[in-house]
Amino acid sequence: MIPRTLLKEFQRILGRENVFHEKTDLLTYSYDAAVLEPVLPGLVLRPTTCEALSSAIRLCNENNLSMTVRGAGTNLSGGTVPAEDGVVLLTNALNRIIEINEEDMYGVVEPGVVTARFAGAVEAKGLFYPPDPGSQAVSTLGGNVAENAGGLRGLKYGVTLDYVMGLQFFDVNGELVKTGSRTVKCATGYNLTGLMVGSEGTLGVIGEIILKLIPLPQHRRSMMAIFDEVSRASEAVSGIIAQRIIPATLEFMDNFTIRTVEDYSHVGLPIDAAALLLIEMDGYPAQVEEDAEKVESLCQQMGATDIRVAKDAKERDNIWEARRMALSALAKLKPTVVLEDATVPRSKIPEMVQALQKISREFDLTIGTFGHAGDGNLHPTILTDRRNREEWKRVEAAIKAIFDKALALGGTLSGEHGIGLAKSRFLEKETGRNTVLYSRRIKKALDPKNILNPGKVIGG
Amino acid sequence: MTGMKRLARLVKELEDQLVRCMRCGMCQAVCPLFSETRLEADVARGKLALLGGLIGEIFQNPEGVYERLNRCLLCGSCAANCPSGVDVLDIFMKARTILTDYMGLSGWKKVILRGILAHPKTFDRAMEWASMFQMVFTKPASDRLGTSCARFVSPLLAGRHLKPLASVPFHRAVPSVNTDPGPSGIKVGFFVGCLIDKMFPSIGEAVLDVLKYHGVGVLLPEGEGCCGIPAISLGDMSTFKRLVIHNLERFEANTFDYLVTACATCTSTIKKVWPTMAHEFSDDVRQRIKKISEKAMDINQFLVSKVGFEKGESGETDNPTLVTYHDPCHLKKSLGVAGAPRAIIRANPRYRFKEMAESDWCCGSGGSFNIEYYEISASIGRRKRDNILASGCSVLATGCPACMIQICDMLSQAGASIEVKHPVEIYAEGLSKGPSLRPSAS
Repeated sequence: MIPRTLLKEFQRILGRENVFHEKTDLLTYSYDAAVLEPVLPGLVLRPTTCEALSSAIRLCNENNLSMTVRGAGTNLSGGTVPAEDGVVLLTNALNRIIEINEEDMYGVVEPGVVTARFAGAVEAKGLFYPPDPGSQAVSTLGGNVAENAGGLRGLKYGVTLDYVMGLQFFDVNGELVKTGSRTVKCATGYNLTGLMVGSEGTLGVIGEIILKLIPLPQHRRSMMAIFDEVSRASEAVSGIIAQRIIPATLEFMDNFTIRTVEDYSHVGLPIDAAALLLIEMDGYPAQVEEDAEKVESLCQQMGATDIRVAKDAKERDNIWEARRMALSALAKLKPTVVLEDATVPRSKIPEMVQALQKISREFDLTIGTFGHAGDGNLHPTILTDRRNREEWKRVEAAIKAIFDKALALGGTLSGEHGIGLAKSRFLEKETGRNTVLYSRRIKKALDPKNILNPGKVIGG
Repeated sequence: MTGMKRLARLVKELEDQLVRCMRCGMCQAVCPLFSETRLEADVARGKLALLGGLIGEIFQNPEGVYERLNRCLLCGSCAANCPSGVDVLDIFMKARTILTDYMGLSGWKKVILRGILAHPKTFDRAMEWASMFQMVFTKPASDRLGTSCARFVSPLLAGRHLKPLASVPFHRAVPSVNTDPGPSGIKVGFFVGCLIDKMFPSIGEAVLDVLKYHGVGVLLPEGEGCCGIPAISLGDMSTFKRLVIHNLERFEANTFDYLVTACATCTSTIKKVWPTMAHEFSDDVRQRIKKISEKAMDINQFLVSKVGFEKGESGETDNPTLVTYHDPCHLKKSLGVAGAPRAIIRANPRYRFKEMAESDWCCGSGGSFNIEYYEISASIGRRKRDNILASGCSVLATGCPACMIQICDMLSQAGASIEVKHPVEIYAEGLSKGPSLRPSAS
């Protein structure tokens, strides 16, 4: 319980309308998109200015209240599930795009700006902000930075980290810390930006972000390649990269996903295909066309049974519509959807796909696999009903098996969803004891009371 | 068993539907209420979590959940865009009836729903009285929109610019119709709906004109009642049931081919909500609901898909009227009807159609939402208004009288000189006066 006097103090700083303490409101901030038990916070605060954010952090710190920063609450690893009786800091009233600088090609935003809104505003000026996580229509840039979110364009354009030029953030005392700059080059001081990106709210609270922008590609070419064997499709992925061609997007869908999408949306997918690759090249027209031809003939060599090249914007939309549908079509089959993001070096995609099929059989589970084959980041999606306890045990065992396999192949636990609560107990397996201890020492130095999103990433 | 335990058991009936929500949060992108308030309790994911909280018995009393559950436009934007296909509206309406039943209807709602709306004749009489006295309290605000505003500061009217009640309601002008099919070979039941009857009788007249023109027989029974949406939205199952049965008694499904309405909300209520709530009725009534809901159809869709509407020759007028269209949520999101009204508007050569931005963003009306949360409702409405103004059109068409009232209010308050019409009115104008129409081209 938050004492009345403290509640009044928060109301004074933030305004009554931005302090939520009724249980009904608290419950609506007890979860995110991860399949985890909800945890009821003790207080929800919504600062509308960075000054108010700073004061709120200071007051939380003085009163030993743990803080979990929340944007849209779309986190898939539990990073926004609060600590019990802790404080949730909402960023969605800090949603101003402060600047889009066309000359120097950067944007400055507050953390609560919705990703798609920023991408749209940037594109209206002929510029491009490439990171496009699946939840971009609602996700916030602050959340993207805190989780180092990825998306479909990771292969060619990288992930959020590659676009963060600088940050202003608040330490646990509410003091402002600046890192990076508006310049392309910056060798000033520790690279605190690198430390903050992907730190999942455990080291500080982001107040302002400087994001790199690039010119909008002039031309695009999309195609769909159909394979009757999964191994051929995954070998084609390695083959394309081996040819030194980097498509903007190189997506994979397995047969189960293809059938589910087709059943649901009738977009005309080949339901007997073992796998699909959805490929898009972008850039200068001549180069794009040349690469597209090379990719087409390479897919043919690799045994594609059919290749559909989009002739116009409508056909292009159709191709990507199928991909966009993947998660929602799968999600409609069963109440609980576990979306994993273990990632492997892309040359290991064929092996990973095979392993996933084996895991699905071994644990007798429905797993649809789709995802960013080009960057090795597949999304094995386990369909289940959490209320079925026996099956849920098998799901947990399968998740562990997926992690083990990914690590055995030289991969990583998470490509883009973060570690959060869901994977923190696996962290040591990938990084080793020393890395976890080193990380905990950093955490202890920066947050001695362990009140910045406790329990996430490094556990404890 | 304690009260909250009993309530938990009642809400648990919805559990299979509730668990489908995977908490992805994508509803935040499309919820008109969330876009104003950015509060999780205002968006579907939050409300579904609250209902889960009732099942988990984590609350001392249900009032907080009830209040937040009712703070919703029931526009269905979330359901139409839900990746896991959660039947959000279905859940919300059932939950509202469970909670209302548990907590009892509040004073004014009880008087209006059970005392007036449940009795169509009383409702008609009350509105006729009101129409005679309305000018005492209001004064004209906009000629072009036909709106009025309060004569003196009134908490009831706030700053609203209202469409006044018609001096002669549709049911007075046309008490009943029963004509045989003409050349089309089709006969329709015409479900008028309260708002067309009492505020927009000209839409009802346009519907009859158009049906007559196309040789469609019409059954318009005397004493039609409300479709029941105000009652069920406020969780009043008994009034809702009474109204469904009242209407079923007037519309015997075997006597017509389609049941047409010119009100998006009535159509979606009869087509979607009646079957959703059918389990509340006896076997016999359930069968009748099934039959009639299958026959229910929006008038625009009926004209486009069943009679082959007639298209006038374009370019006849040098100076066509620029018209844009607002997609009522209950047409596009509930029923998937979006092309037909546009086709109907385009059929009149004296108009030139222009899309506005965000044509399917909710207008913010939400029926009783507008009464309880006028400030938020108006704020959502102003976004619609701004998009209409930016289109540069002089006529706004939309297929739902509730949207028309809201949009008239918003436009009138802004002093905009834009007419608000139903697509069928525009189409009918073309048929009766348009010299350029060919005799039959479909």
